[in-house]
Amino acid sequence: MSVDKRIVLDPLVDTNPITLQMLGICSALAVTTSLAASLLMCLALTGVLVASSASISLIRKQIPTNIRIIVQMTIIASLVIVVDQLLRAYAFDLSKRLSVFVGLIITNCIVMGRAEAYAMKNPVIPSMLDGLGNGLGYSLVLIVVAVIREFFGTGGLLGYQLLPKVTEGGWYYPNGLMMLAPSAFFIIGLMIWAFRTWKPAQVEKPEYRISHVHRTELS
Amino acid sequence: MDSLFTLFIQVVFVENLALSFFLGMCTFLAVSKKVDTAIGLGAAVIVVQALTVPINNMIFQYLLKPDALEWAGITGVNLEFLGLISYIGVIAALVQILEMTLDKFFPALYHALGIFLPLITVNCAILGGTLFVVRRDYDFVQSVVYGVGSGLGWALAIVMLAGLREKLKYSDVPDGLQGLGITFITVGLMSMAFMLFGGIQL
Repeated sequence: MSVDKRIVLDPLVDTNPITLQMLGICSALAVTTSLAASLLMCLALTGVLVASSASISLIRKQIPTNIRIIVQMTIIASLVIVVDQLLRAYAFDLSKRLSVFVGLIITNCIVMGRAEAYAMKNPVIPSMLDGLGNGLGYSLVLIVVAVIREFFGTGGLLGYQLLPKVTEGGWYYPNGLMMLAPSAFFIIGLMIWAFRTWKPAQVEKPEYRISHVHRTELS
Repeated sequence: MDSLFTLFIQVVFVENLALSFFLGMCTFLAVSKKVDTAIGLGAAVIVVQALTVPINNMIFQYLLKPDALEWAGITGVNLEFLGLISYIGVIAALVQILEMTLDKFFPALYHALGIFLPLITVNCAILGGTLFVVRRDYDFVQSVVYGVGSGLGWALAIVMLAGLREKLKYSDVPDGLQGLGITFITVGLMSMAFMLFGGIQL
């Protein structure tokens, strides 16, 4: 049990797909302007990830190695089509807001990356748990970024106004930058800084160090 | 003609795939440590984008769109739901063909681009470009312009970032920000600079 629990919990912080493995960044940045869209995206991605890890691991012994990428691609693309159609049927407005990014789950590196790195080598149950864990790790980052961006960008969350806006007689000036592309980069950059300060093992080695010359060495 | 030029400028600068739509970020961040490799990858993306976007757009216009099969005498068929799987199939097949052609006829170019080609299949800039074009219902000429322009914009962004990162490695960055963190901040600043193009009226 403890091994299974580790498979699910490790990707939350210790091996987070976005901040450490550098996977799935595209959609993480693009859909986070609103919390509702991000939640839907997390749900869609976690669902696809669990299902694709399970089905790829189920047939991992039958897949010939030199065409494995195409086989994985086909499985993932079919799953994404199912998700896309479901979203259009039951959450049409939100799926309009996510626009092309539901389709882009196909090329989301988390799905391919986990299929290659884990599901091809491990049995079904651990692969599913690995998919779930990585999906949750992705969701964690996405939700934090979305809360920050929507709260400061509009002064509300999920459509509810929490801070009274100046235009409506309140005191809060919405921060327009939060709604635009650059803020997502800054927030994730700062999040990585916070994560790595908390877990120093994740810090990358610098290529160069500036050498500190002691005063007495200068003539 | 005029509107095509406007479209070109718009996709290269204003709607830059990497910096304003965040597409192809994974490879964008991972392969931007050296200017040389960035140029190689950028060139590969331009070529693949210029080929796949028009081809996928044609597939959508003549096969998948609602009532698109009218030229074959079939009406009332809507195959739009097959879109995603056909586009990714075309991209994967095309990348494979390109790799084999380059290997056979242009070995020098193959060795320069070789390692990047497989990476391109999973680059979301390629699939994203196709999806945008399909969604906006461009005609053939527009889709060619969009394909070349968006590839060029992406290549421009990655070469610029690589140039910045080459200099950045000599600077004294706080431990936690080392590597990925500072790269994100740099890209954020670049994306802010590119937003200036948003105000240009053509």
